[in-house]
Amino acid sequence: MEETKVKVKAFLSRFFRKSEIADDDDIFALGFVNSLFAMQLVMFLEKEFSLRIQPADLDFKNFRSINSIVELVERLKQPA
Amino acid sequence: MSSGSAIQQLAGREAFRSFAERYIVHEADRWDSEEAIPQSIIQQMGAEGYLGAVISKEFGGLELDMKSLGALSEEMGRACSSVRSLLTVHGMASIAVERFGTAEQRQKWLPLLASGQTIGAFGLSEAGAGTDTKAITTTATITEEGYVLEGGKKWITFGQIADLFLIFAKLDGEPTAFLVPRTTPGLSIDHLKGIFGTTASMIAELRMENCLIPHEAILGSKGLGVPYIAMSCLDYGRYTIAWGCVGILQACLDACLSYTSKRETFGTLLKNQQLIQKMITEMTVNTKAARLLCEDAGRLKDEGDSQGLLATWAAKYFASISATKAANEAVQIHGANGCSRDYPVQRYLRDAKVMEIIEGTTQMHELVISSDAYSLSDF
Repeated sequence: MEETKVKVKAFLSRFFRKSEIADDDDIFALGFVNSLFAMQLVMFLEKEFSLRIQPADLDFKNFRSINSIVELVERLKQPA
Repeated sequence: MSSGSAIQQLAGREAFRSFAERYIVHEADRWDSEEAIPQSIIQQMGAEGYLGAVISKEFGGLELDMKSLGALSEEMGRACSSVRSLLTVHGMASIAVERFGTAEQRQKWLPLLASGQTIGAFGLSEAGAGTDTKAITTTATITEEGYVLEGGKKWITFGQIADLFLIFAKLDGEPTAFLVPRTTPGLSIDHLKGIFGTTASMIAELRMENCLIPHEAILGSKGLGVPYIAMSCLDYGRYTIAWGCVGILQACLDACLSYTSKRETFGTLLKNQQLIQKMITEMTVNTKAARLLCEDAGRLKDEGDSQGLLATWAAKYFASISATKAANEAVQIHGANGCSRDYPVQRYLRDAKVMEIIEGTTQMHELVISSDAYSLSDF
């Protein structure tokens, strides 16, 4: 889980260069993100962790914070 | 997307060019005047598999890699931007079903879309909502029988003949996507004529009044419409349009190389005039540069790299403004002939200008690309 978090944080740092975000911060509430960011995030997660995010999981609550993103990745990495 | 070998990609490009030369290039000006492409060319493209270019093989598609899809878009764009537009909007509907559809939706629609038995179209724009997608006012209301759509869509490419519309409407205020067959009661379609460019792309205005669709017509879930579905479709559209612009650039260059090698003024061929050589130089270099930007975007997309999104914005931005510049100069080089319907360069100019507006205006590209540049900077 820590390795996942490190990778997610590294990706997000590109978009939040001027501000530190805590693991539970609501990144949408910070106001820096948009539809393009949402797509970039999904593509990054799918490639980096070799997984497919199904439409049912394309819910903003799964991407709201670093912790929620890591939880999603860890859940999807589990064998079905 | 599968990743084809270089030999397969080259063979694909030659086949696309051969098809375009045989069936499209010499008809495109007539279709432009008639403001329609014939059903026969759509059937031929279906028979070649081009309408299933991006659909998985398991559903009968070609499952082209992005470089091959680029070659298809370039060759069709070189011949006729309206034909390329059909491939674009049909592909946008197709990828939405494949990426976001249920197993039942994929099984029902994708084989029909791949064969061309069903033509898909993309219904996002409205009279008061273009680039500003959040401004859509079409609504969906859930009832026991299904969803009821109310509102209208405008500038729907190939809406005159499409069988299946991907419609975006607000459900409880959240943008949501729905699959709406042409035959749905309450859906009416008006043909829009006199469009400035891509004149044969059979644009329509849709009206939905008490338009009832079943519950299973929702694509994805509530609120998924614009952030994921529309954006994915528009990214695909942007990529194919960028390549289509490379096609326009190449067509302009080919036309000008030919014309200036035959036309004499002041006792010498036009190609010997230095000011003509300057325009040919810019056209040549911009064509190569646009193609390289498109190839870069395609490579990143094939790798599943999120940088492919911004690379596509950059490619479409450069390719579309370069196509307009090249077409403008192509008309200039052709003089009075360039203003005549006897030569295709006036069509290239009208088509190229449209490319600067669709799938994000040039100005929207400047906002996105500059914003990304600042986000990467320390300033």
